[in-house]
Amino acid sequence: MGLREFVIRRLVQLVFTFWAFFTILFVLFRMVPGDPTSMFLLDGMTAEQREQRIAELGLDQPLHIQYINYIEQLLTGDFGQSFIYREPVIDIIVVRFMNTIVLMGTALVIAYLIGVTFGALMGWWRGSRFERGGIVVTLVARSSPEFWVGIVLLSVFVFWLGWFPSSGMRATGGDLGGGFVQRYGSLDFLRHLFLPALTGAIVYLATPTLLMRSTMLDVLKADFIEIKKAEGLPERTVLYKHAARNSVLPLVTVMAIATGAAMGGSVVIETVFNWPGMGREMVRSVNNNDYPVAMAAFFLMGSVVIIMNFVADLAYVYLDPRVEYE
Amino acid sequence: MSTQTPSRAERLADGLERRFDRFRDGLSVFKGDRLGQIGVGLLVMFVFVGIFARPTTIEFLNITIPGIAPHDPTERAVGGRLESPSAAHPLGTTDRGRDVFSQLLVGTRVTLLVGSLAAFMAVFIGTNVGLISAYFGGWVDDLLMRITDIVYAVPFLPFAIVLVAIIGSSIVNIIAAIVLILWRSTARVIRAQVLSHKNRPYVESAEAIGASDVRIMYRHILPNVLPLAFLYAAFAVGWAVIAEASLSFLGFGDPNMLSWGEMIFSVYNADAVRVAWWWVFPPGIAITLFVMSVFFVGRTLEKVVNPELRHKE
Repeated sequence: MGLREFVIRRLVQLVFTFWAFFTILFVLFRMVPGDPTSMFLLDGMTAEQREQRIAELGLDQPLHIQYINYIEQLLTGDFGQSFIYREPVIDIIVVRFMNTIVLMGTALVIAYLIGVTFGALMGWWRGSRFERGGIVVTLVARSSPEFWVGIVLLSVFVFWLGWFPSSGMRATGGDLGGGFVQRYGSLDFLRHLFLPALTGAIVYLATPTLLMRSTMLDVLKADFIEIKKAEGLPERTVLYKHAARNSVLPLVTVMAIATGAAMGGSVVIETVFNWPGMGREMVRSVNNNDYPVAMAAFFLMGSVVIIMNFVADLAYVYLDPRVEYE
Repeated sequence: MSTQTPSRAERLADGLERRFDRFRDGLSVFKGDRLGQIGVGLLVMFVFVGIFARPTTIEFLNITIPGIAPHDPTERAVGGRLESPSAAHPLGTTDRGRDVFSQLLVGTRVTLLVGSLAAFMAVFIGTNVGLISAYFGGWVDDLLMRITDIVYAVPFLPFAIVLVAIIGSSIVNIIAAIVLILWRSTARVIRAQVLSHKNRPYVESAEAIGASDVRIMYRHILPNVLPLAFLYAAFAVGWAVIAEASLSFLGFGDPNMLSWGEMIFSVYNADAVRVAWWWVFPPGIAITLFVMSVFFVGRTLEKVVNPELRHKE
């Protein structure tokens, strides 16, 4: 099988996965207790208005027609109206989605930068105290749930030392307005970003660190490392230019898994730090039975994971010339 | 019957001996591994605390073993509100005057329950899916692996939140939500392992003498992949406990069962993180210690499963 065929097959699989995910969502949100139509209705509607709305949404149709309509709506980005905010879900969710991506993206980038460096050094100095200590530290970090790491950082840096603000995204209320630069470009924003991003980074550090270390151990056994050493190249050059570079590849595949974990983590981290993102919105909407918002948030999180899985697969075959398309 | 062929009893003894050797081999790995020892030690402690936290009555012996927890965890006003640690309340009291230390001990139970049950079920499903998928191949393999791919597309915690919110937050539903996602990694790994075993001579000879598919799968192949399943079970315990704690922290825990995550949820909701360090730190540390201990045990088991790792240290 050639590269082109692999990509096509993977694309078909992508579409199939999306379809299955849509179906899971459909089934899940039809299991809502009571009348499933209630999730599309606003309080304080008269019986007539209700009926009209139900007809408008096609909820009086047989289930399979509803299912087709539902998929059509998802594909066109029509998630309905929020019960609480009384405005289209899409308007509510897009800004918060951006906030979540900025937060979790920062956390993952930090986790990978530190993890790769740390893991490479642990592999390089294997058997040393540094390596053994490093393993314990990473395992302890990974054993802590995100909310717990967040609360510890909050206790130390906010309540005790008072270095950082405790919650939100900026000091002057109104977390959501403004353009991109206005929202994410200020020093104040970075001060708010620091602790939640650090929380994510600490928890997601373990996977790249341990994986980098173990691939380093394999690569260091290879002959070409011995040759490079024998050539008299400085240790640092061998480490960074030859050993580390060849060990980075497997990290691409766990990127997708890390993104999935980060999507779940955003729910918790945003709740702890009151970050105006999609995760916190999801908890809030589920608590308020605001199902259209909950569904949209869940849909976006799943989509990010599916797309990242796809990108990781493609990146892997693109980067590794030895890979076989099975 | 010639005397050359070993009798059934002899074969059984032989098998037992080999199994015992393997078991001893496994133990010897623990002997050289400090982290593994710490993990086992901590786990034993947690199990002990979990069982004896509250008074237990053994019916047929008609004896009652007193609980370790000094107070009933829901007992109100045993002390003042938000009292810092004292001799009477080693970890202080909550905003409702309940004893934190007792809550901490009793909270061990949910952790043990969710950790063991969810992990067992997830690994049970995952192992079967992987085994069936790899053994039969073809469309069965395709179908099961596509399902696994789809489950990989579902974000764990958000799924659990939505499911528990919809079907109700009882401990059974929480475990179900965790299991529905957690089996996926075991299925993939076991499948890969079974694929490598499928064409080995021992399987071919079993086929040749006419053993049934079920017999080959469960009698011949399964014992060889079981150590790997145990390894994944250890990690699954850790993930399940973290998931339960996160759900409880977000307020979706079982309202009738006190857990560590729920304790932190209460502190957070009472806005007491700033003042009551004795209330927020113990449950958090307990969660970390518990998950850490299963991860440490898992890492040591990994060396039993994959002997090559023993030289990597």
